[in-house]
Amino acid sequence: MTSFQPKIDTSPKVSSTISRTTCYMCACRCGINVHLENGKVKYIEGNKDHPVNKGVLCAKGSAGIMQHYSPARLQSPMKRVGPRGSGEFAKISWEEALTSVANLLGPIRRKAPEKLAFFTGRDQSQSFTGWWAQQFGTPNYAAHGGFCSVNMAAAGIYTMGGSFWEFGSPDWERTKLLMIFGVAEDHDSNPIKMGLGKLKKRGAKVIGVNPVRTGYNAIADEWVGITPGTDGLFILCLIRELLLSGNVDLKYLANYTNAPFLVNTEHNSANLGLIARNKNGEPLIHDRIKKKIHAFSGKNVKPHLTGKVTIDGQEHTTVFELLAEKYLKKEYSPEEVSKKCGISPFQIKKLAKEIADTAFKEEIVIDQEWVDWKGVNHKKMVGRPVSFHAMRGISAHSNGFQTCRSLHLLQILLGSIEVPGGFRFKPPYPKSYLVHPKPHHKVTPGMPLDGPHLGYIQSPEDLAVDSDGKPKRIDKAFSWENPFSAHGLMHMVISNAYANDPYEIDTLFLYMANMAWNSSMNTQSVIEMLTAKKDDGTYKIKNIVYSDSYSSEMVSYADIILPDTTYLERHDCISLLDRPIGEPDIIADAIRWPVVEPDRDVRCFQSVLLDLGHRLKMPGFIKDNGDPTYKDYEDYIKNHERKPNIGPLAGFRGESGIESGRGSPNANQIKNYIKNGGFWSEDIPVEFQFFKPWNIGYQNWAVEKGLFDEPKPYVFEIYLEPLAKFQRAAKGLGSVKCPTNMQERILKTMDPLPIWYDPIGESDDNEAYPLHAITQRPAAMYHSWGSQNAWLRQIHGYNYLFVSSEIWEKNKFHEGDWAILESVHNSITVPVAKMEAVNKNTVWTWNAIGKKSGAWALDKGAPEFNKGFLINHLISELLPPKKNGFRCSNSDPITGQAAWFDLKVRIRKAKAGEVKDRKIEKSHKSPVDMPPKVISYGKDF
Amino acid sequence: MTSLPRQTDKKLGLAIDLDTCVGCHACVISCKEWNTSNYGVPLSDVEPYGANPVGSFLNRVHTFEAKLEERPAQIIHFPKSCLHCEDAPCVTVCPTGASYKRTEDGIVLVNEDWCIGCGLCAWACPYGAREMDEVAGVMKKCTLCVDRIYNENIPEEDREPACVRSCPAGARHFGDFADPTSSVSKLTKERGGIDLMPEQGTKPVNKYLPPRLKNDIAQENFDVLRPLLEEHDKNISGFLSWVDKTLEKF
Repeated sequence: MTSFQPKIDTSPKVSSTISRTTCYMCACRCGINVHLENGKVKYIEGNKDHPVNKGVLCAKGSAGIMQHYSPARLQSPMKRVGPRGSGEFAKISWEEALTSVANLLGPIRRKAPEKLAFFTGRDQSQSFTGWWAQQFGTPNYAAHGGFCSVNMAAAGIYTMGGSFWEFGSPDWERTKLLMIFGVAEDHDSNPIKMGLGKLKKRGAKVIGVNPVRTGYNAIADEWVGITPGTDGLFILCLIRELLLSGNVDLKYLANYTNAPFLVNTEHNSANLGLIARNKNGEPLIHDRIKKKIHAFSGKNVKPHLTGKVTIDGQEHTTVFELLAEKYLKKEYSPEEVSKKCGISPFQIKKLAKEIADTAFKEEIVIDQEWVDWKGVNHKKMVGRPVSFHAMRGISAHSNGFQTCRSLHLLQILLGSIEVPGGFRFKPPYPKSYLVHPKPHHKVTPGMPLDGPHLGYIQSPEDLAVDSDGKPKRIDKAFSWENPFSAHGLMHMVISNAYANDPYEIDTLFLYMANMAWNSSMNTQSVIEMLTAKKDDGTYKIKNIVYSDSYSSEMVSYADIILPDTTYLERHDCISLLDRPIGEPDIIADAIRWPVVEPDRDVRCFQSVLLDLGHRLKMPGFIKDNGDPTYKDYEDYIKNHERKPNIGPLAGFRGESGIESGRGSPNANQIKNYIKNGGFWSEDIPVEFQFFKPWNIGYQNWAVEKGLFDEPKPYVFEIYLEPLAKFQRAAKGLGSVKCPTNMQERILKTMDPLPIWYDPIGESDDNEAYPLHAITQRPAAMYHSWGSQNAWLRQIHGYNYLFVSSEIWEKNKFHEGDWAILESVHNSITVPVAKMEAVNKNTVWTWNAIGKKSGAWALDKGAPEFNKGFLINHLISELLPPKKNGFRCSNSDPITGQAAWFDLKVRIRKAKAGEVKDRKIEKSHKSPVDMPPKVISYGKDF
Repeated sequence: MTSLPRQTDKKLGLAIDLDTCVGCHACVISCKEWNTSNYGVPLSDVEPYGANPVGSFLNRVHTFEAKLEERPAQIIHFPKSCLHCEDAPCVTVCPTGASYKRTEDGIVLVNEDWCIGCGLCAWACPYGAREMDEVAGVMKKCTLCVDRIYNENIPEEDREPACVRSCPAGARHFGDFADPTSSVSKLTKERGGIDLMPEQGTKPVNKYLPPRLKNDIAQENFDVLRPLLEEHDKNISGFLSWVDKTLEKF
């Protein structure tokens, strides 16, 4: 048969409208073009003008259509009619729902605001939700950072005024060597993939440090298959190698860090551990030219980095000398470290050499003058083209804060922060912890809290504890147990509320946080806590109000459901007051706006909060005449001023709509954002693009843009004095006394110089529990959200436990086998698969694939229920009791970060009966209608 | 049986970089998203929320593990779609003439009006690149986004396949392999691009750029950093005096 070539239409119309908004399929916040036809979403693609993704889009983003039309979308407000966990609900009106919630909250606010615990999950409106909670007056507010990556954020802010991801990024255009540690493949997903692509194109080297070689690590030029929890030791060993060979940037250290500062090292001094300061509070240094001690702040300061000096009769030692004394010790040598890290001494030495050579022999120089904060003019911008990125793999351990600090120290010693080719901050960062608020927790019935909830502790005086040391917050954030818990401890709220520890609460109000499932440790017990009753038949956690867009596991445990919209049906602001979308060269923020109208009885949760604030007559939410201050969230975004002339969005401000950063509210602001593609951005002038913490031009520009009220240059804190102040308290020094049962823990972990210690949550019994168990994030899923997505669940519909060939052979596993995986806490039955590209003592699986039957509008037979599993069941939220019976949370002792990855396990082959009778969570009735049997999406177009 | 054009004016296809692909599935979903509501019948999903969800996809990413002697194991992500072969057995096997290769650009397409859903082409394709849509009973395959690449309703810079436009890592490249000066031809030459299963004699147009050899092999005599001084472990004063001397130079 000869070929017949039909005539086809190669120029079909794509859509009638393109609406440009911001994606919410993960936390990356890419710009998207939503193509609409007949009021329906036809196609979603990346926005080429957008600073985050420049046109590309990941699998989740492209699958947005299936999320937007997901059968798991909640349809209307509901109240629970069956027991908690039954999934039995009745539809109610918004009026009934809001009246019920206002009736719960009104008396709480009047009598004891702390009895409301309001926690939001993967919330991108924290500057708003936090303000709502502040005006309500409860101290009990936080978002999901505590169980996500607070170690990374807090260690970065404390050490250098910013961290990875939203805070900054590698200089993708110039860096020649990138080292990534424990990077989750769904975090900052597109920018990292784009960056890796650029590096590959240029032939720059990528080194992946991760026990598992998937995703980014799969394409890394070199893989370091490290043992979980030992990254800090590996980094400190690299530091030792660099110090010993003289590969550190002394000039950078002397000018931009506290390396030359003088620490009191007089053995019996009342000021032991404190940095010497003059009477104006300025840190002192020992000048090597003038040969005397004076303030660091002077213009022609030439500080010594080494040496001990006597001030007021007491010995003081430079930070740098303390650092050298610590890290040159043999315990950090490659030979010693290798045993724990599972990396050969040879590979460590080879990596140290590559890092050193790239940093110091391939220096980058840009011909660009700049002026520092002391008024010194620099002719050029000199950079060290080595950069790093890290995520949960290193932060979700109980030694994570110090490990993240170690990584920042490594970058600082190389002089590679805020320089060409290194790591660069994105506005509003860099911003020292000294400029961030401290935590606030003063409760006055009927009144707002005394300030923002979350912040950065500077000394024990700032803790949220009463005079007996008892925590003031339900999650025990900012207490002696976790002093620097800058993001709160959401993972402890249910457990503490159940135990009335430190006090009883009345209402738990949650927003998009799947705390009954994958976002909690010890899932089984958490479900029991949510459903536990008192003797009088009432629930132990009295009231639970929940807002979500979808029928997640948490829905069935709530009493009242406030259904939220999808991301295409709502207003949002990606604000500079919050987690903005800047890049190292630009300042930017963005919006979401309703590109389609909801076809259900749902409301944008932030508008619902405004309504509740008005009903509760909260200051800021009600006008003098009784009208609501803001009619909805869009109105708030446009008109709210956090400070005069500073609002949620920085673009298109002022009467004329052309002011940025500072400016009066503008009625057309949102329209202008929409016209501009859903975002606003401005270039940072080239002479301000590097050395931002010390570049006076940048500092002044930042003031102009409303990021600060006055220039706030600062130095990087290699020696973190707030940590020293806690150790002083533990030694009985200073005015605040540390509780006796916390002394040992604080002395062990809160070292003012980065240290490494064995993860606290790991079982000591290496023989009984020889293996590490961790999860990885698949690139095509965002937490639990993807399983309701018809397209994404065809990629990850169930998960295996991946084990090394060594474990596979030892247990005589065969394809299709199941295993019993046991921790000290619990055991689960899981399907196994063999893998070579994994640390030999580590087993792993994909995160949050397993689901509870009845949730997410999936059929009863869905593999997410029957084969998929969570390892959360193996992780206790509390550590085993100490001698005095006290149980600490399974968290980093400094920040309270959930120590997910401290898990140790053992494995054995499951018998046929054990597989058949394995524990699967009992099914509940689906709160939403059951899904269609077939989809042929697109036939309407 | 259906005949192939003797030659085509252009040879449009993809160069897929296996050294850069992180296996994120962006191309898989953007392909599905575009093609379910454009050329031909939708790409259906059967049991989309059930026990065994099966949908039609024109592009899928497979993951393999490779372990060379004395080297750490490696994961390779391998995206696979129709390779638009010059000697396409899926075309010649077609009993109705529904499968054809376009003379102007070499794209292999299915004329869905003529397709009887017999499935012979899927059997003939050695790459498994065709999928029968269960609902429509029509054979589906990569069209190289024939309705994008010439589409005058979209901006010129976007006239490339959806998978190429979306790929975050830039691992997919689209162009004319008949033109030796095209970017894909040059890239393929530079990187030693290969044909998939050349022994099948299909002459695929798409090329794969192989993963670069990783350098994480243990080499005993690799250069390491030289300490400034011997015996630092016992005494740090030597190190500190180096610091002092170096600082003096500034």
